[in-house]
Amino acid sequence: MTQPVSLENNEFGAGGRPISVKGESLFRDSVRRLARNKAAVVGGTIIVILILVALFANVVAPYPYAEQTLVDQNKLPQWVLSLFPTMKPYAQLSSDYFIGADYVGRDLFSRIIFGARVSLTVAFIGPLISLLIGVTYGSISGYFGGRLDNLMMRVVDVLYAFPSLLFIILLLAFFRSTFAHPTPGTFTYTMSQLDSASGGLLFIFIGIGLTAWETMARLTRGQVLSVREKEFIEAARTLGAKDGRIMFRHILPNVVGPLVVAETLAIPGYISTEAFLSFIGIGVNPPTPSWGSMISDGAQVIRTYPNQAVFPALALAITMFAFNFLGDGLRDALDPRLRGNQ
Amino acid sequence: MAELLKVRGLETQFRTREGVVHAVNGVDFNLVEGETLGIVGESGCGKSVTVMSMLRLIPSPPGKVVAGEALYQGKDLLKMSDEEIRHIRGAQISMIFQDPMTSFNPVLTIGRQVAEPLEIHQGMNRHQAYDRATEMLELVGIPKAKDRLGDYPHQFSGGMRQRVMIAMSLVCNPSVLIADEPTTALDVTIQAQIVELAKDLRDKLGMAMIWITHDLGVIAGLADRMAVMYGGFIIETAPVKSLYGNPSHPYTLGLLNSLPRVDKDINRRLESIEGLPPILMETPHSCPFAPRCTYVKERCLVENPPLLEAGPDHYTACWVDLETRSYR
Repeated sequence: MTQPVSLENNEFGAGGRPISVKGESLFRDSVRRLARNKAAVVGGTIIVILILVALFANVVAPYPYAEQTLVDQNKLPQWVLSLFPTMKPYAQLSSDYFIGADYVGRDLFSRIIFGARVSLTVAFIGPLISLLIGVTYGSISGYFGGRLDNLMMRVVDVLYAFPSLLFIILLLAFFRSTFAHPTPGTFTYTMSQLDSASGGLLFIFIGIGLTAWETMARLTRGQVLSVREKEFIEAARTLGAKDGRIMFRHILPNVVGPLVVAETLAIPGYISTEAFLSFIGIGVNPPTPSWGSMISDGAQVIRTYPNQAVFPALALAITMFAFNFLGDGLRDALDPRLRGNQ
Repeated sequence: MAELLKVRGLETQFRTREGVVHAVNGVDFNLVEGETLGIVGESGCGKSVTVMSMLRLIPSPPGKVVAGEALYQGKDLLKMSDEEIRHIRGAQISMIFQDPMTSFNPVLTIGRQVAEPLEIHQGMNRHQAYDRATEMLELVGIPKAKDRLGDYPHQFSGGMRQRVMIAMSLVCNPSVLIADEPTTALDVTIQAQIVELAKDLRDKLGMAMIWITHDLGVIAGLADRMAVMYGGFIIETAPVKSLYGNPSHPYTLGLLNSLPRVDKDINRRLESIEGLPPILMETPHSCPFAPRCTYVKERCLVENPPLLEAGPDHYTACWVDLETRSYR
């Protein structure tokens, strides 16, 4: 037998591991590639700042979000006036508010800061629910295949046929009316209490959760189906591995990349769904500030006080862009076909 | 030597849109401790399906083992519970595959994959399993094995990966190693190394091997006994010397004549076997090789020959004696 060449003392230096490159884990490799993508870094930074701001909203915000100072209604500072000079004839100036106050004299800036809480909660709970249901459903369907797969996917097809936004609106309308006047001690009462405690977010989560998992389930199923046929799965089976082990150890780590990317790119969708629901008035309960409800309030006075709609809209747009950039960056970083090119 | 594996009348069929394909048609063979059985034949002749059927790894549907038994140490693998056979796979009978490029999970480190059978079958913790994996990797000739446990499959070359694959399959000390065309995807020098490694390990660890190949050259120096398959039948089986020295089936003869030999006239043209192997949609009533056979006689077209004795411990499924060209 040919002896393997010793790497111990060769021209690359004595000892150590001169030839072989240090094994770089998939994760570290991806992070490195992500860090080279400027748009993704910018997006990621914005998201981190947003998270910090939302977490420490009480510290960062100059006013509590519900504090009304009626004499200050619709007041705005000088720089906002220069930005929208059409307001000159009737604007009342006040330097107390960074970007102005709304129609009941609440600080817009503070409300935007607190509004980040709602949007970010949706941005994280949405994917969580959709991953949890979608990945479980999709991997069962893809892994076991055959008739079960067929049945499970037809169910998804049927659910998919509903327009999801309409479905959420109907659900919310249904929830809100069912849980409006519950008797204490019942399940509906508990749900309604939870919902008010979360400022109306609970039902939004349920609504998003019930619709968003379908895309995830399809994606997961497709990915699992393709990995399942790979030779290393057969190899694992010849080693005596159980279904559970094959699923969690061999298949899921191979499909997690595309799932994370798809979910990150879906986040702006969840944020805009919440904003839309709040905009049409069935989202969060007032006075919980949501960017959607703020835009809705601002839209009513958009010709007289455009700043009240523009700034929350700007916050919404920047956040959605940030998630999109990060998602794009992740897709490039996790795509194995690009491996080694960057 | 104690008998490890005894396969009798194994039949496997696949249901397809065009009908039922008879992939394996009553295969018998034995394997004793420490013995190496070479199974040769061209693509699609049922070599892999035979061993996969034995381990119950045929995807079902469409595949189904319809008859036969495969006794491993007296217990029928085909009748075991799923749990029982799972404990046999990888622990007592393990397998290596043709393509070392695709047989590893690209997102797990080599260490975790080599250690996996130990975690599954021997309940070792990560630390013990890694120690044993390192030992095994050293045994198959991976330099600096300990440092390479954390490497990923793409950081190994094809030959190295096949060594790792062998380490992974032997890590639980199985008594039977099935090698399904392990050298086909490798270049010739690496092929030779892998064959040498297999021999070396067999001598050290004493496991029996079933070595599937379509290359008679590779297997000659390795096997104790040979089985030639065609159309889902074993058509000739003999000790390796007898098979190469005295091939008694026209197909075996054809395979040998299609090989370049340095010990014969090196200027001769290599002979090919005309035609394609059959896909059997029903149990044949004639010799399945008859349409391609140059020795064909009337009886070949009406009756499929069983294995007939052609010499000491040498059996062939052919009506015709190749030397005299008359019925045997």
